[in-house]
Amino acid sequence: MKLRDTLHLSLSSVVSYRTRSLLIVLAMALGVAAVVVLTALGDGARRYVVGKFSSIGTNLIIVLPGRAETAGGFPGAVLAQTPRDLTLEDARFVGQLSQVKRYAPLNVGVVELAAASRLREVTVLGSTADLLPIRHMNLAQGSFLAQGAEYSAQIILGATLAQEFFPHGNVVGQRVRLGDRRFLVSGVLAVQGESMGFNSDELVIIPIDHAQALFNTASLFRILVEARSRSDIVSAKEAIRDTLKRRHDGEDDVTVITQDAVLATFDRILRALTLGVAGIAAISLAVAGILVMNVMLVAVSQRTSEIGLLKAIGAPSADIRLLFFAEALWLSLAGAVLGFVLGQFGSLLIRLVYPQLPAWPPVWASIAGVTIAFVTGILASLLPAARAAQLDPVKALAGR
Amino acid sequence: MIHLTAITRVFRMGDQDVRALSGINLEIASGEYVSIMGPSGSGKTTLLNVLGLLDRPNSGRYELDGRDVTDLSETEQACVRREKIGFVFQSFHLVPRLTAAENIELPLILAGIAPTERKARVDEALLGFDLRDRAQHRPAELSGGQRQRVAIARATILRPTALLADEPTGNLDHHIGAEVMALLEGLHHAGTTLILVTHDRELGARAHRHIAMRDGEIVADEK
Ligand SMILES: Nc1ncnc2c1ncn2[C@@H]1O[C@H](COP(=O)(O)OP(=O)(O)OP(=O)(O)O)[C@@H](O)[C@H]1O
Ligand SMILES: [Mg+2]
Repeated sequence: MKLRDTLHLSLSSVVSYRTRSLLIVLAMALGVAAVVVLTALGDGARRYVVGKFSSIGTNLIIVLPGRAETAGGFPGAVLAQTPRDLTLEDARFVGQLSQVKRYAPLNVGVVELAAASRLREVTVLGSTADLLPIRHMNLAQGSFLAQGAEYSAQIILGATLAQEFFPHGNVVGQRVRLGDRRFLVSGVLAVQGESMGFNSDELVIIPIDHAQALFNTASLFRILVEARSRSDIVSAKEAIRDTLKRRHDGEDDVTVITQDAVLATFDRILRALTLGVAGIAAISLAVAGILVMNVMLVAVSQRTSEIGLLKAIGAPSADIRLLFFAEALWLSLAGAVLGFVLGQFGSLLIRLVYPQLPAWPPVWASIAGVTIAFVTGILASLLPAARAAQLDPVKALAGR
Repeated sequence: MIHLTAITRVFRMGDQDVRALSGINLEIASGEYVSIMGPSGSGKTTLLNVLGLLDRPNSGRYELDGRDVTDLSETEQACVRREKIGFVFQSFHLVPRLTAAENIELPLILAGIAPTERKARVDEALLGFDLRDRAQHRPAELSGGQRQRVAIARATILRPTALLADEPTGNLDHHIGAEVMALLEGLHHAGTTLILVTHDRELGARAHRHIAMRDGEIVADEK
């Protein structure tokens, strides 16, 4: 029997047992689709988080006082101790390193903002003009504290605050009170929304000196540094640590976090998660495989007399085995293809419903899903095919 | 052409042995027309199965066209079966989901014959068995006589040397049965060895050699 004829004959029986075939194909397809959609979700979440991280800055290095116990922790992770403060002077030295493109010292606090007979507590960032490009923030109106004019009492309002305090527009040039000090509004941030726990729409930015005076401190909360390029990040990190060690009497008492390290951690976690859900989905494919086996076994017993006849007209066992095997192949193929299409469609649907989630199924997942469908389908057909091939033709013809 | 020596076939039923064939010696020459008759359970079908290499005897020797086929492997037996033997069954045994033409084509597919030649030979058979306007019908849409004609066309499409028919008219009424018998006898006239198992004395009498069986033995063999 020629391969072509085997494929054709088996296809014709797959087609003629329509309900049975549809059920198997559906079971397989759902398994494959589950793998594709779940990995698309997992990978989408990964990309989402990675994207969010990138949005807070490119080639970002964060310097914080104190030595964190663990490397690659989060900003604000529990610190062992804070032996020596970070100062503006420290920041200036860091800014002079050749690998550093720009830097922004940072202080953070919560203070009462009052204007136009309104009052509320706001998060205050004290920094310099370079904070905006480093953190990828934009101004909707006005200007940041003009370079060199950082010591004048100017303030930038987040978009929501600006709207809240000055609903009739005309924000720039207005006077506000922050704590016990007066500020002149010099600009309004563009709407950016929440990012990494900071809602930039609800904060205000003031010059670092004013912030330190307001918070009554001489030390910095952070130094944000942007390396010249991605390849400079590692050497910049080293140089920052060395510089600060020298300035701190040889004491290695700062923590330098690169965004890369944080990103890599998230990346690893979310990749593992994606693999996990893919694995769970793959189990449903194994279940589909068992269904295939069961249905094929039933098919063999239903078609006993047909098998007997094929033997009577001269089909060797190998041909019978191949015929049933080829049927499973067709079913797996149809299931895999349909599952792939369903999976792509499902992912598309997710992307449409949650546009911010880039739920693209990874190529490896699609390949793995389709492959697993094939392998389980084929494995599941081995036993039924062998059983068909082994049937005694006399008994089979008698329908026994 | 067929030479059986001391063929015995024993079935085990629980703790009991059923001797379906016990020490059968039989010689059938090429081109003969033989009828096998006997009461139910006398071993006629079992004998036909052994002759058609569907069943292996427990002991004895089977020579077909001068070749010992008793101990051939399963695959070799399938090959011999395909080339030399045609089976016709009482219950037709057509594949229900295939059309008449496709049923007839099956042995050609198994033999690995190319599609164009297959089509030519199937068309020829459809014509020869007066089934041309039934080619695309499935078995369920055919009458009993038509089904048996399809089955005979299938059994003879590879031009076997021996045609083994087990009560081919058993499921047909008298008139249709006679038509089917005429077809089979036509094939015999064309040179095919015809071995016919039947309960019908009238039909059995038309053969040129009459074998009677009882309890797994040949009790009479007359020309
Ligand atoms: N597969 C089997 N297992 C057990 N016993 C069997 C088997 N096939 C046949 N037999 C027994 O062998 C004996 C001969 O059976 P066989 O079918 O050859 O008879 P038969 O002459 O064809 O009968 P009938 O005219 O009813 O078709 C019977 O007793 C039957 O019960
Ligand atoms: Mg019988």
